[in-house]
Amino acid sequence: MSRLVFSRKPAKFAMARIAGAIMPGAGAHVGPLGLQSDERLPLPTPAWLRLRPRLSGICGSDLSLIDGSASAYFDPLVSYPFTPGHEVVANVINDDGKAGRRVVVVPVLSCVTRGISPVCHACAEGHINLCERIAFGHLQPGLQTGFCTDTGGGWSNEMLAHPTQLVDVPDDLSDEAAVLIEPTACAVHAAARYTGKQTVIIGAGTLGLLTLAAITALHDSTTRHAPIIVTARYAEQKRLAKEFGADIVCTSDELPRHVRSASKSLVFGEQLTCGAPHVIDCVGSSESLQQALQVVAPGGEVQVVGMPSNVSLELTSLWHRETAIRGCYAYTHADFASAIDVVRHHDLGRLVSATYSLKDYTDAIAHAATSGRRGAVKIAFDMRGKN
Amino acid sequence: MPRPGFVLDVDRSTPPILFWRGEGFSLEKLPAGRSRVIYPPEPLDAIKDVDGAIRHALLNPIDQDPLPTLLFPGMKLTIAFDDVSLPLPKMERPDNRQRVIEAVLDLVAEAGVEDVHLIAALGLHRRMHEYELRHALGDRVYDAFHGRGMLYQHDAEDHDNLEVIGTTDHGEVLEINKRAAESDLVIYVNINSVAMDGGWKSITTGLASYRCLSFHHNPETLENTRSLMGHRHHSALHTSVWRLGKVLKDHGPKIFQIETTLNTDMFPKPFGFINKREWEWTAKDRATFLGTTKALKRTPIKLARKIFHGMEGPHQMTSVQAGETEAVHKLTLEHVYKQQLVEVQGQTDILTLGIPFVSPYNPDGVMNPVLVMCMGLGYLFNMYRNKPLVREGGVIIMTHPTYRDFNPVHHPSYIDFFEQVLTDTTNPAEMSRKWEKQYAEDEWYKHLYRTGNAYHGVHPFYAWYWGAHGLQHAGKVIIVGGDAPTVRRLGFTPASTMDDAFEIASDVVGRNATITHLHVPALLVADVQ
Repeated sequence: MSRLVFSRKPAKFAMARIAGAIMPGAGAHVGPLGLQSDERLPLPTPAWLRLRPRLSGICGSDLSLIDGSASAYFDPLVSYPFTPGHEVVANVINDDGKAGRRVVVVPVLSCVTRGISPVCHACAEGHINLCERIAFGHLQPGLQTGFCTDTGGGWSNEMLAHPTQLVDVPDDLSDEAAVLIEPTACAVHAAARYTGKQTVIIGAGTLGLLTLAAITALHDSTTRHAPIIVTARYAEQKRLAKEFGADIVCTSDELPRHVRSASKSLVFGEQLTCGAPHVIDCVGSSESLQQALQVVAPGGEVQVVGMPSNVSLELTSLWHRETAIRGCYAYTHADFASAIDVVRHHDLGRLVSATYSLKDYTDAIAHAATSGRRGAVKIAFDMRGKN
Repeated sequence: MPRPGFVLDVDRSTPPILFWRGEGFSLEKLPAGRSRVIYPPEPLDAIKDVDGAIRHALLNPIDQDPLPTLLFPGMKLTIAFDDVSLPLPKMERPDNRQRVIEAVLDLVAEAGVEDVHLIAALGLHRRMHEYELRHALGDRVYDAFHGRGMLYQHDAEDHDNLEVIGTTDHGEVLEINKRAAESDLVIYVNINSVAMDGGWKSITTGLASYRCLSFHHNPETLENTRSLMGHRHHSALHTSVWRLGKVLKDHGPKIFQIETTLNTDMFPKPFGFINKREWEWTAKDRATFLGTTKALKRTPIKLARKIFHGMEGPHQMTSVQAGETEAVHKLTLEHVYKQQLVEVQGQTDILTLGIPFVSPYNPDGVMNPVLVMCMGLGYLFNMYRNKPLVREGGVIIMTHPTYRDFNPVHHPSYIDFFEQVLTDTTNPAEMSRKWEKQYAEDEWYKHLYRTGNAYHGVHPFYAWYWGAHGLQHAGKVIIVGGDAPTVRRLGFTPASTMDDAFEIASDVVGRNATITHLHVPALLVADVQ
């Protein structure tokens, strides 16, 4: 089988970090990612299934790994070598070797998939994203499929999945639409905290746009009582944000003025006296988080949806204004069901801007790393042909 | 003997014509055989004994008793004066306001009047900085009054200090500064740079509230204002203002109006070439032009602005008249037109305008994109009497860098207006309906207007409305040399060169369109026949 493999090679990892800092996506050229032909992976237990990926998306967390900028926090939660790819639409391979049901993968490797019984408190309540046994059980560590050596990942022509990880794809959805279900589930999870009050979404990359799409698909205009303001850098992002229902689309420079105006705020220093009760940061940088704290209302919440790394923040305003920073990781099974509706509602399959074969992975990574600038949203690997 | 203004028909021997481009200039070759350039009259002779003329006007007012007879001990006297928006560029010291107010205060002192307040008639303009007040009034007046709280600036949002005088038969409410309303006498000191200013407009805008201003500073009125500089009965704005003036006359305090007119000697010697006709440039003028433009190209924009805004013009006084408002203003207009009027035969297909570094709303600040529109379509387009220079559906071409740059202290609501309102609409009526109230009532803008040096929150709307007639009248507006995305945000078309602009314009007015260039500054009013 062919698959892209990310190995533990510290020297190459260091080179990727340097290259990625110079040019986003360049880590794919010099880093520890490579195309391999391997034997099939053994099934962890007989219950597991083999999948043949059709499309697999490239996510921001994948890019941060490839460019060496991911946090060391993940080291104990990843097992090497692994095949990336957790946004997957695939066919189950039947016993006769033929393609069976078309499914998307819920990549979280929680207690059930790890053979842990009884399951942890979080899993017992359905919060698989908060699983307390994410590095334990009969699987090697791996917070998700795509970061675990035992399961493989979507950037291949074969991977493994536990039956509980599979969600059937409705026939009316294209592969392109289906591959957006996993990131949309993240967005649905974030949108669950939407209250109808003034909301700011920082960043209009894939996550920002999908979060907006989830809010507007799941909350009709009668429950949206205040403007949704979205920051976007590029023209296509701005266009899509408007189309998905943002009331105001602006650049990050313009954001404080728009929030001030919408919240009828005064200003001291650079801090708004009022602000937006709900700020969703889909970027996760020091700058975006600092700006989130600048525009969030007293007592409000900054929801961190974009994966942050090492950030530096001035937190006096958080203390003084009793604001909260809250993480937002992954999804539950229920979020996947809603995500299908959101994908269908907004016809999100059109966000797949380009697909590449596995052998062209450096081009694919480069495109994904500069997608906004190039007018693209989601880049994916396409395994439907030969690789 | 100064020469009158005239219209030059461009032929092959005509040299390139000077255009302003913000903090710089360019020379543009206009097509021969179909272009003309309107030059302003040369500066009229100034009054030789300015102080004597002022004193004479105060003692011999028109349709009004001499000022000394209106003054008495124990009276409440308010002296209001034009703000920093006039004149442009600022006047060499002593400023006319200083000379007039010092003369008035001499008479006030002789009469034993003690309760005297000086109020800068800002309307919704920004508060003047101390250095600007000192420049306008002189150090002696400033030091004598400011420390005692008797020199201050009008606050159109200080509702405890506003008073309703009455209502016109059109339902317009005249609400003005309470101190002025309760005074035994209000003396208004004008600088009449253009025909638009003065008369009843002085008090009914300069000392008015937002509510009062909104009756005539709105899209409907300004679309029907044709023009601001021409006959008053062609201007819906002035018609409204004159109705308010009647309320003021009938129910308000006694008014003593003092108006002064200026000649068009606007620029200091190093920039003397601006006022000259290009074929009369001497070798020294050409060298100065070349040196200046080359130096400016290498000068950082902030420094260039500092140089230009630091400029002080001679602005010599050509007349001073005092007394009853309407009678005074009638005489003032005669003097203004004597200096600025140029007879022009017929309209043109394309009007070209060089936009300078300054407008009435950015002294010592940035000529932001909204003000570029205001200066081009609001002011220069309106420099006509009878009918616009450009025909309806014609093209207006302006030259200006139109950078996306704002002074955050002076123009905070302009930034939001550019980002929020102009991305939604450039239609004056629509923006008025959808956005004006929000900006007018914004607490933050009010705070900055009242305590800082910011224009009122609604002011960018007024600046935009000022161009409403031009916007409605022109078939296309092109800006040469402007930042393209910024120009497009204004709803206009960017062009790299004047030739490109003519090419673009040909889609609207054809290839043999007539072209007219308004050679301003200096100031002129085209009397279009």
